[in-house]
Amino acid sequence: MSFIRKPRVPYEGQEVNALGRTRADYEGFMSTLCAGCGHDSVTAAITRAFFELSIPPHRAVKISGIGCSSKTTAYFLGQSHGNNTAHGRMPSIATGTQAANAGLHCIGVSGDGDTLSIGLGQFAHAIRRNVNMLYVIENNGVYGLTKGQFSASAALGAKPKKGEANVQMPIDPVKTALALGASFIARSFSGDKAQLVPLIKAGLSHKGFALIDVLSPCVTFNDHEDSTMSYAYAYQNLQPAADADFIDPNREEIVTDYDQGDIIPVTLHDGSKILLKKAEEDYDPRDLGRAFDYVMRHQEQGQIVTGLLYIDETLPDMHEGNKTVGTPLVDLPFEDLCPGSDALASLQERYR
Amino acid sequence: MKATDTSEPDYFHRVVDCQWACPAHTAVPEYIRLIAQGRFTDAYMVNRESNVFPGILGRVCDRPCEPACRRGRLDKDKPVAICRLKRVAADYRDDVAGLLPQAPAQKNGKRIALIGAGPASLTVANDLLPLGYACTIFEALDKTGGLMRTNIPSFRLPDKVLDEEIDMILNMGADLRLGTRAESMKALLDEGYDAVFVGSGAPHGKELDLPGRQEADANVHIGIQWLESVAFEHIDTIGKRVLIIGVGNTAMDCCRTSLRLGAENVKVMARKPRGFFKASHWELEDAEEEMVEIIVNHSPKHFVVEGGRLKGMMFEKLEYTLDDKGQIRDTEVVEEVFLACDDVVLAIGQDNAFPWIERDCGIEFGKWDMPVVDPITYQSSRKDVFFGGDAAFGPKNIIWAVEHGHQAAISIHKHCQGEDVSDRLPRGVNLLSTKMGLHEWSYSNDFEPAARRAMNHVDLKERFKKLDVEVELGFTADQVATEVERCLNCDIQTVFTESLCTECDACIDICPVDCLTIAPNGEEPAVRESLTAPAVNPDQPFFLSEPLKYTGRVMLKDENFCLHCGLCAERCPTAAWDMQQSVITIPYAAEEGGGSASCQQQKTG
Repeated sequence: MSFIRKPRVPYEGQEVNALGRTRADYEGFMSTLCAGCGHDSVTAAITRAFFELSIPPHRAVKISGIGCSSKTTAYFLGQSHGNNTAHGRMPSIATGTQAANAGLHCIGVSGDGDTLSIGLGQFAHAIRRNVNMLYVIENNGVYGLTKGQFSASAALGAKPKKGEANVQMPIDPVKTALALGASFIARSFSGDKAQLVPLIKAGLSHKGFALIDVLSPCVTFNDHEDSTMSYAYAYQNLQPAADADFIDPNREEIVTDYDQGDIIPVTLHDGSKILLKKAEEDYDPRDLGRAFDYVMRHQEQGQIVTGLLYIDETLPDMHEGNKTVGTPLVDLPFEDLCPGSDALASLQERYR
Repeated sequence: MKATDTSEPDYFHRVVDCQWACPAHTAVPEYIRLIAQGRFTDAYMVNRESNVFPGILGRVCDRPCEPACRRGRLDKDKPVAICRLKRVAADYRDDVAGLLPQAPAQKNGKRIALIGAGPASLTVANDLLPLGYACTIFEALDKTGGLMRTNIPSFRLPDKVLDEEIDMILNMGADLRLGTRAESMKALLDEGYDAVFVGSGAPHGKELDLPGRQEADANVHIGIQWLESVAFEHIDTIGKRVLIIGVGNTAMDCCRTSLRLGAENVKVMARKPRGFFKASHWELEDAEEEMVEIIVNHSPKHFVVEGGRLKGMMFEKLEYTLDDKGQIRDTEVVEEVFLACDDVVLAIGQDNAFPWIERDCGIEFGKWDMPVVDPITYQSSRKDVFFGGDAAFGPKNIIWAVEHGHQAAISIHKHCQGEDVSDRLPRGVNLLSTKMGLHEWSYSNDFEPAARRAMNHVDLKERFKKLDVEVELGFTADQVATEVERCLNCDIQTVFTESLCTECDACIDICPVDCLTIAPNGEEPAVRESLTAPAVNPDQPFFLSEPLKYTGRVMLKDENFCLHCGLCAERCPTAAWDMQQSVITIPYAAEEGGGSASCQQQKTG
């Protein structure tokens, strides 16, 4: 945190997006998190992704739960609406948002505590419904806001800065999401914006539930020498499985030759493309079984597999699956939205 | 690329663009902070140490610092009003008599002759008198100050200001000989001075030898001589219609002086278009505010004289073709134009002249009959004769004359002590952390978005009533309070310690002007390419760290737009970034020579 606000100073050569806005237009309040918090880097990556996609800020909605991570929705998209919900309840509110207005770009920010403990059920059901949203977990293995107790993502035997080692098995959000059948699963690191920003852009463009589990070190409680979630550990043990280049057809020309064996093109519903660059021959982000196997194998070696790990862009999202109206309710003509007493009576008649 | 060597003293000095651009290297941000704290006397003394004449220069300096000011890059050519803040320090200071250097009672037995009582000679006296030298100043005119008094009109620089600051030097015990023109270098040398310093300026205005010049002589004046006559009250009127030939700063003084002597219609005639003018843009603005008309693309052809009296001048109207770099490629005369006038003032430059230096006294003269002077030591080919100010390398300006004086004083001191004049102390840099607490710094680090404060001027009617009504009123307290905060404190350096960095990106994310990057090292084009924001100023070197410990990448900083707001250091969890004040140590004569070139004088402030 800082006492002065980040000054807004236009300068020569400053980047401007298709809407004529600068990156500063996508920033929010000053962060009150600890200096050096990984979450602030994720905030910067989200800011950059929305800026680069030229999403009008009022067309984005940001939802979060409780925790250090959940505070961050105040620090980006200062001109967007959002909701800081009850602990672990972010997926419900996000589901409601998408039900009412599927035209909004929905980003949910949560932490390992908010998602994997109190909110695990909500998390699972948002995946199950394939809610069209980007779900970012800022994962640091501890409850920073309550002074650093281990969370559900802490590894077995993980050592705290002070006190006893962790004796409980971790819940891995990536493996959980693979098992639950999420349609877009990625993992990244707050210190690697070159990887994280394209993933966020791809996640925002993916129609359905997109999960990015971001290793985001807690600089105060979990960045010590023995930690497996520190900057030092992350930089030494990151294992990129597949890098994703996000290509926006409105902004960039697609020139890559897709026939290269190690590049898998994925076309999203809006025409944008993800070019998956495989780091290893045996990896296939379209093959659930192999993805699971790959993640497991590297985990056993103490490596953190990053990149876009699994994608199924064909899975129907919530509206499609439920056959509910995908048009934002605000755009529906009044007579469709409220068809009148006769329509209600005839509906009720069907259940008598 | 190789890591930046920040132990090289000039690295941090260059970041302080104003101080780097100032010939005398005045510690600008330091005195601006002192003004902000209301410590006007201390601010004045910081100035005086390097530029000797803060009250004078705060009004009439050529201010090379301002075009260099980093704030000017952000606020489109509206830098911090550095020069006028200097005047603020002078205007609001208390008595400084007790803080000034003093000459010792015991002299060192060395006698120095100084030719001319202008800024260069006075600076030499200022630096040498406290060391026990006996300084004799020979001045041809009846007043001190040289061109500062004769060529700068009193409505820009009041006599009182000049006298006060010159007296600070003379009161140390200089032997001033007014009305004593140096007539012979040989005679002077025969008097047995240990060294002679020539600071006699460039006192000859250029002539415009066109047809009709002789016949019109009564109404054609040479700018700098004419200004001198006005200053000494030998001239107090001019015709109603005046043409000024030339568009440099002397021309600006001539046209504005004409208006105060009764001229009603003053035109400044420029050969070239705007953008090629030699005058500083602020002096042009001040002249145009007084309704002086500046006419471009007119080249003088001849004087028109009727009945033995000047009637006007013929001009050739020119048209220029510019190339894509904006340089003149071709000139064409399109027509001839007659402009009626009563008087013409020529302000087309000035020359040096040394008729009093015998060419066989051991002082070598070179190109354009100028003495051969060493650009670092200011020594001539005769070991005991030194030159400085306009006399050394032709017309420059006051602040350069001051710097020449400082350097010549070092040389004279070394020469008199039998030391090698070229063996000089280098500049140094001291760094001191400004961290006061978790988010507290010992300087005001927030960015002040306000625009540059405009100087208030005396009402147009009022200012023409008398020749010496000072036009600029100085800044008000409110203006000062805002203007000082516009300074970015570029001397508060962002100092990086590689071994502490955990590559968390916090500094990069928070930087308001995207000047930081962590990227792989490589060859310069690729490294430049990787910068978060493009480096638009190729002249500004960027900082490149040693490899970082986790990834071997490097920290890069483009200094160009850095606000010195300290947010990178506030967000750094390991204090790898720190905000440290750089104090550039500038050696003066007092630190050099006598074999005791050791301890630096204690800096004020």
